[in-house]
Amino acid sequence: MSRRLRTGLFLVGGAGLWALLGWAFAGLPAFGDYHGVYGRLVNRDSLGQTHAMSAIAAVTFDYRGFDTLGEDFILFASVLGVALLLRQVRERDVDARQAVEESEPVRAVGAIAVPAFFLLGLFVIAHGYLTPGGGFQGGVVVGLALVLVSIATDYRSYARLVHKSLADLVEGVGAGAYVAVGVGGLVAGSAFLESFVSRGKIGELTSSGTIALLSWASGLEVAGATLLLASEFLEELLARRRR
Amino acid sequence: MSYLPYALAGWLFVVGLYGVVTSRNLIHLVVCVSVIQSATYVLLLAIGYVKGGTAPIFNGIALGTKAVDPVVQALTLTDVVVSVTSMALLLAIAVEVHKRTGTLDPDELREMHG
Repeated sequence: MSRRLRTGLFLVGGAGLWALLGWAFAGLPAFGDYHGVYGRLVNRDSLGQTHAMSAIAAVTFDYRGFDTLGEDFILFASVLGVALLLRQVRERDVDARQAVEESEPVRAVGAIAVPAFFLLGLFVIAHGYLTPGGGFQGGVVVGLALVLVSIATDYRSYARLVHKSLADLVEGVGAGAYVAVGVGGLVAGSAFLESFVSRGKIGELTSSGTIALLSWASGLEVAGATLLLASEFLEELLARRRR
Repeated sequence: MSYLPYALAGWLFVVGLYGVVTSRNLIHLVVCVSVIQSATYVLLLAIGYVKGGTAPIFNGIALGTKAVDPVVQALTLTDVVVSVTSMALLLAIAVEVHKRTGTLDPDELREMHG
């Protein structure tokens, strides 16, 4: 199919889709005119039931904890897919000495940014149920803080700091820990992923029961996944540059 | 005005689709797919918005304060994670395609190689 024909077809189809979407949106309640029941109930009851100040964390790691387990494994499976795809076809040796242009200002910013972002990420994971944040958001920040090392210095120091088997391990342990916390509910005699530790006092770091544990588990997994993805693509870059 | 966020979601979806259809580069195509996915974030958050509502984080605000729907926000979080993972996979496939065929132009990939 020629490019012009394809674009023409799309313009007709896109206009039709746009019209249908407009029709559908016209049937929605106006923006801000909220009619949902579920959200209102969660906002009313989540603090009392879960002791988590963030209703979003309560939904993610408690009411919809089982879905988040699925989400965790989507992440796990796709990182596995990336690793399989890239490792299979890569030439064996990656030239880690490949010099990246170094610059003193970038190094200096890195020296401050790496520890600062690392701490920020841990903070975001730890306070996910008290403030906006949680395991997924904090995990990305922790992972990328370490990836910054590869920009501030070079790939070799990054690879020495974050060995790929370490990233593998962190990701696997995170995913496994999520399931383990879920099974903990069963062992304690209630349902899978049911909170089996004390909910604690609202507003304290030790509150909200298993929400905190699950947040840390997914934080570990996301950090590991981020590192692994970064390592795979960085190695790919170095292996390709050599040719 | 009150339908503007929905219009934005629809526009993002269609314009992302346009990018996919007319793309000449697989990396560009992956970015367009993520633009399409962004439409779903806007739509989800727009549906859950309550006029005058605060964020559903009950830290230092009185109980019973009007807050937006936390469920769609949690769904958006899931959506973002899935979007990132699918992007990573698609980019890895693009790398693979470039290695095998030496091109990133979807039009030059007429024949599928097994």
